[in-house]
Amino acid sequence: MTLEVQSNDFIALADIALHNDDLQHAIGEGTRTAYYRRLDTMFAHGDEHGEFMRQQAAEAKRRALRELPDLLEKAERNLKKNGYQVEWAEDAAQANQLVLDIARRHQAHTVTKSKSMLTEELGTNSAMEAAGLRVVETDLGEYIIQLAGETPSHIVGPVMHKTKAEIRDVFVRELDMAPTDNAEEMVAFARRMLRDDFLNADMGISGGNFLIAETGSIGLVMNEGNGRMCTSLPRVHIALIGIEKIVDTVEDYATLTQVLPSSSTGQKMTVYTNILNGPGRADEGDGPEQAYVILVDNGRSDIYATKYTEVLSCIRCGACQNACPVYRTMGGHAYGWVYGGPIGAVLTPLFVGLEKATPLPHASSLCGSCKQVCPVDIDLPRMLLDLRWDLVREGESQAGWDAAMKMWAIGMTSPARFALGGKAARAGQAIMGDYMPGPLGNWSKHRDFPDFAPKPFRQLWKERAPTLYPATKMREGLS
Amino acid sequence: MALPARESPIGKRVSLFVTCIVDMIYPNTGMSVVDILEHVGVEVDFPPDQTCCAQPAFNAGYRAEARTVAKHFFKAFKDAEVIVTPSGSCAAMVRHEYPHLFTPEDGEPYEQAQRMASITWEFSEFLVEGLGIANLDLTLPEKRSFAIHDACHGLRGLGLGGASRDLISHLGNAELTELNECEVCCGFGGLFSVKMPDISNAMLQNKIDNINASAADTIVTGDVSCLTQMNGGLSRKKSGKRVVHLADVLAQALGGERA
Repeated sequence: MTLEVQSNDFIALADIALHNDDLQHAIGEGTRTAYYRRLDTMFAHGDEHGEFMRQQAAEAKRRALRELPDLLEKAERNLKKNGYQVEWAEDAAQANQLVLDIARRHQAHTVTKSKSMLTEELGTNSAMEAAGLRVVETDLGEYIIQLAGETPSHIVGPVMHKTKAEIRDVFVRELDMAPTDNAEEMVAFARRMLRDDFLNADMGISGGNFLIAETGSIGLVMNEGNGRMCTSLPRVHIALIGIEKIVDTVEDYATLTQVLPSSSTGQKMTVYTNILNGPGRADEGDGPEQAYVILVDNGRSDIYATKYTEVLSCIRCGACQNACPVYRTMGGHAYGWVYGGPIGAVLTPLFVGLEKATPLPHASSLCGSCKQVCPVDIDLPRMLLDLRWDLVREGESQAGWDAAMKMWAIGMTSPARFALGGKAARAGQAIMGDYMPGPLGNWSKHRDFPDFAPKPFRQLWKERAPTLYPATKMREGLS
Repeated sequence: MALPARESPIGKRVSLFVTCIVDMIYPNTGMSVVDILEHVGVEVDFPPDQTCCAQPAFNAGYRAEARTVAKHFFKAFKDAEVIVTPSGSCAAMVRHEYPHLFTPEDGEPYEQAQRMASITWEFSEFLVEGLGIANLDLTLPEKRSFAIHDACHGLRGLGLGGASRDLISHLGNAELTELNECEVCCGFGGLFSVKMPDISNAMLQNKIDNINASAADTIVTGDVSCLTQMNGGLSRKKSGKRVVHLADVLAQALGGERA
């Protein structure tokens, strides 16, 4: 059972977030902290260097996308050489079934998981729980979210929407933690709780930040070391990886594994930066006995070779969420599916269908911050504009706008009609005062509207005393 | 984003694209632009058939309507050598989006779109980067302190930001100070402000808090649409601070009564 899509309720969900003071505080602080840390790290060696890194990363991903079919075959070959068992899943149902089959085959009961947005997309946890498996999220943020019965609100900081006090309450309520407001004590408590699960798990599930085709390796980055526990302690490891996570070379991985943490948490490197190469060998002291890679499509190849192909370059760093002034006011849950913020506003309609996410392309002031901070230079504002175009063409625009836009275009193609419109607006304002008709009434809900000028510019221009070309005014010292 | 290469505008006649909002609501800002351009010795004309750049339709996804209005723009400015507009947003529409609105198969409109993109300048950009004039040799009648709000399309669309600061810092009696989060959107976003008014307002309130906390008595920006949003909120919140268009600040030093 995948996550229910609630994106058409965006405005109502946003309203809830806008009225939640704790969330406002937590998201406002979390996004800004990450935003400024990113600036410090990304441009530590100068603006030019940072920008160059960004373009190099973008090109590594673009190249991988251009060669996607070939690279996937290459990756499969090399993964197998490393001892991985490779499976392919077209959609969520297939991916989850593969996970359940593997669990059954190896008699797994307890599953530890490191953070994976793909499994959020697939609803893998609920599929496993429905089959009687015990699933434990081990990333601290995900652990809290799982205990609270919620979903991640941010790609990198899943619990960004909660304050420290709210997290304390979750631990006290769900795990009988002795109340404390000390963050270190809370973390130590969670670590103790997780220790047994790490040691007793039969199966570990991870995502994959990158899939390196030339070596058949999984690039996995994390800060808590939990991913290492999940991928090395249990008997079985499954990595669920979206097909777009592929890169060609270790060199490309080296570039991307720098811009990812710089962009997301402002770290030069994550605390743990791993390249996984299959199950434990005979001469190694640890590592899983069985290691699987499930390559998941789940809508990605439908995006491939469209005008939105570039969005498949996304490395899920969350920088666009931190930079987005819309996201900063409400966090990720309002977007109504797995991904929030600008990347979510683009990915959601593409993954779940435009008709199930009609408000999202409009959930942006098109300020351009998302593109500016994107480590792989995805032109998210342009995609939002294109999705709006798609909405109009598919008849999904809000009632009234079609006619209004047609009328507007008629008005704007004649200076006489334009001037007449101006006069009507002035007259209307004189009669109606600050109350504005139709959707424009939404303006005066929070802001005053200025008065229309008694004379428009075109009239002032006509009435202006004729000026000769004032070359004589060009004074020395000005040129 | 690479912008089309452009010829120097020095010595050319300027056709003012005043924009629809300036025309109807802030005509004095249009006159300030004219005064400053003439002050630096530029010949200005006002092509009378002009209306709007088509951005409202374009941003709303109505490409057919946007194309219709853009074609009207081509007609209105067909004789222009250089176009200057007191709006980073409208300038970005012409320079970034017109070339996307038409394809080579469209023939003449496509050529026109490329040409318009290559001759259009935002006001502060035209002065500082186009003409190379940051020092207007002007002094305000009394001391004032300013901070810049970087309107989004100018800053991230056109790479502006430096030009308005240059112009203000060379202005006599003007002190330039900081506005926290000066690069963050005010929440206007065109139709966004009426489609999602509560979200737009949450963004606006953040901007208002920063404006009220700034040491500047006046906030300067290059787009009247953002200015309308911010002043609408400042007025509703009974704040004494206001946002003023760059051209009006500069023109005040010419001795007018506009800012």
